[in-house]
Amino acid sequence: MDAINLSSNVDWNFIEEVAKESGQNPSLCYQCGNCTAGCPYTQYFDYPVSQVMRLLQAGQKDTILNSKSIWLCATCETCTTRCPCEIDVAHIMDTLRIIARRENRVSEKDIKLFYDTFLDSMKQFGRIYEVGILLAYNLKSGHFLADSDLGPKVMSHGKIHFFPKKIKGRDKVAKIFERFQDKAKKHD
Amino acid sequence: MRVGVFICHCGNNIAGTVDVAKVAEETRKLPGVVYATTYMYTCSEPGQEEIKKAIKNENLDRVVVSACSPRMHELTFRRTVEKAGLNRYFFEMANIREHVSWIGENKELNTNKAIEAVRMAVEKVKQNKPLYSSSFKINKRVLVIGGGVAGMQAALDCADGGLEVLLVEKSPSVGGMMARLDKTFPTIDCSICILGPKMVDVAQHDKIKLYAYSEIDEIKGYVGNYQIKIRKKATYVDWTKCTGCGTCMEKCPSKNSYDHFNFGVAPTRAINIPFPQAIPKKAKIDPDYCRQFVKGKCGVCAKVCPTKAIDYEMQDEVITEEVGAIIVSTGYSLIDIERLPEYGGGRYPDVITGIQYERILNASGPTSGHIVRPSDHVEPKTVVFVACAGSRDKSIGIPYCSNFCCMYIAKQAILTKDHVPDSQSYVFYMDIRSPGKGYDEFTRRAQEEYGVKYIRGRVSRIYPKGNKMIVKGADTLLGTQVEVEADLVVLGTAVISNSDAGHMAEKLHISYDTFGFYVESHPKLRPVETNTSGVFLAGACQGPKDIPASVCQGSAAASKVQALFSKDMLESDPAVAKVNINACVGCLKCVKTCPFQAIKEKELRDGRVVADVIETVCAGCGVCTSTCPCGAIQLQHFTDNQLLAEVNAICLT
Repeated sequence: MDAINLSSNVDWNFIEEVAKESGQNPSLCYQCGNCTAGCPYTQYFDYPVSQVMRLLQAGQKDTILNSKSIWLCATCETCTTRCPCEIDVAHIMDTLRIIARRENRVSEKDIKLFYDTFLDSMKQFGRIYEVGILLAYNLKSGHFLADSDLGPKVMSHGKIHFFPKKIKGRDKVAKIFERFQDKAKKHD
Repeated sequence: MRVGVFICHCGNNIAGTVDVAKVAEETRKLPGVVYATTYMYTCSEPGQEEIKKAIKNENLDRVVVSACSPRMHELTFRRTVEKAGLNRYFFEMANIREHVSWIGENKELNTNKAIEAVRMAVEKVKQNKPLYSSSFKINKRVLVIGGGVAGMQAALDCADGGLEVLLVEKSPSVGGMMARLDKTFPTIDCSICILGPKMVDVAQHDKIKLYAYSEIDEIKGYVGNYQIKIRKKATYVDWTKCTGCGTCMEKCPSKNSYDHFNFGVAPTRAINIPFPQAIPKKAKIDPDYCRQFVKGKCGVCAKVCPTKAIDYEMQDEVITEEVGAIIVSTGYSLIDIERLPEYGGGRYPDVITGIQYERILNASGPTSGHIVRPSDHVEPKTVVFVACAGSRDKSIGIPYCSNFCCMYIAKQAILTKDHVPDSQSYVFYMDIRSPGKGYDEFTRRAQEEYGVKYIRGRVSRIYPKGNKMIVKGADTLLGTQVEVEADLVVLGTAVISNSDAGHMAEKLHISYDTFGFYVESHPKLRPVETNTSGVFLAGACQGPKDIPASVCQGSAAASKVQALFSKDMLESDPAVAKVNINACVGCLKCVKTCPFQAIKEKELRDGRVVADVIETVCAGCGVCTSTCPCGAIQLQHFTDNQLLAEVNAICLT
């Protein structure tokens, strides 16, 4: 990492923006590392979560939004549970993903695609239609045969089905989506 | 009436946001005010001289100083006006610093508020009456509550100064936490070897009366004259006969009693002497485990005791003592490991606390100083220390630093290497806090000479795997997760106040903070005094503290008592409640509401019953004045008329 000029290269607005949207105060973090200590995905992260918090305190917007870590986070909330300063770290990670999407700078396109496919399926059927998600994701991502070897196994166990199982009140679920999309538009 | 008003700039503290010249100008217009001026630092010597000069030249009979909080300088200025010949209660202070200049930014609004504050003080001072202190005798005995190192130091210093001391200790022996330690940092002195002589001094000093295994039931009275009820708890052993030979302990068949002294590292006998150097070295029965109490038959100790000291019928005994001052040195506790579920919460025998490890390291402890892990009594080769186990953790309500864990962990890591040369210790820490003399060098020595591996990061989880404990943490300097396979894990558990600290504070009428630690009168300048005169603090009951700091406070508290007792008579504060017997209807509601039991009923010669205030006991809180249905009881210097004059000054003009 290049030297960070703390006089000119700190994005104070970004710190403010994340604090406001997540409802968390990044200054509470005293860098004990307990979030990283408990994180089950840290070995895949380019910056461990405690360093994401530190980069946030240092207003390093570009480094954070370009990182893979914010997308690889599984939101298991171990960090939130363990944080002695009572910071909802998972919420901050979520907020960082939202900001990255809004600014069109998603570093892990496939993960975003998976989220979108998953949510489309929810909106359409009121619950997820696994085969539909699988096909849509594989087609759109270009990983046509990803995990295809698992298909027959899970299908023979009755874990997934060829046809979607729709739920009652799908329209109500769709409304939830509409409501949030409206809200998101207002924010823009 | 000729009132003089002195308005202080306090440098820029007041003049920065208050137009003091304008305040003086407006003040001069007030009825009764014949003189008003401003001064840069009124509390300075020349500032006080100005006041004295003005009293003389302007023939003033009342003085108002408009400056800081009366908590800072009221006494200073009372003395000043007294020196100039006025009664000290013909003085009032208007607080235009803490109440005005420090909290408001708008100069115009501040100035108006300051003018109002001065107007109130002027109206009050015009209503003031001269008051005179009366003096009363003091009992020059001192009570020390808690016989840890701080309490013993205080007791010895008071006794060496010629005062009679009562030392009350709730456990069977004095010594406190320090008696349990193996070595002390940073010199690696044997703890009991340096504490033992003090304990013996306490026992042998002819000025110290030791009440071991005793508690404070009740405290009544006021500075100089306290009545204390001490409960001597039943030990079921006549200590006048017990020689401390230990035969009873050897023969006792109840071998699974919880050992309070060793923090449960190993069980003890139902009848026991806590440790070999105990003072007094007397046996005591734990009725929760004793077969004679649990099953109703046994009697082995009574049979084997060579002096026939065992008495199963013994009852608690309450003794009344009188003292003039109290030193509180009740010490601290440690959090229960159950509050740390991610570290096993006490489920894993090989995850222990620092104080338990201290007992394992100690030559007179349950393992005779051999380091073995509790589960299988095997010598551990890998030991992990976790600092801040509960400390600096807002999520469990302990945001503060426990002060001495960094240091004792470094010490224990060094001792581990000494005891087991082929062992490796790891310390998980967030910050190393070692600001004492020789302290930082000590933590460096642990790393440089003893090869202790310091890992900067917290531990997320501890769980068993085979016969090892897996410690999963972070190394934030590497920016990665780390894992250690440990044989033994030692938690530097957080220091907390005693569970009965609040209860004790209420008996003493002293304040305590959110965490149960007692509050000193001023954090910097009155560190051993409390807001209750005659009650002093020493040691960790006031906040986590290491041995040298506790000893310092013990000596400091003793010197405060010596200063208090250097006079034969004390002056009472005349600002206390006073009953107008002509108006009192004898309903005695005030007697019931007084939190200090300062009001008694009195029969007049004509048989009429009225309330009567014991001047020396009254703390001037004013609860009685607001209870009295006919305004017969008035707090001097804060009478209804005086307070209404202030209210009128602000509301009617």
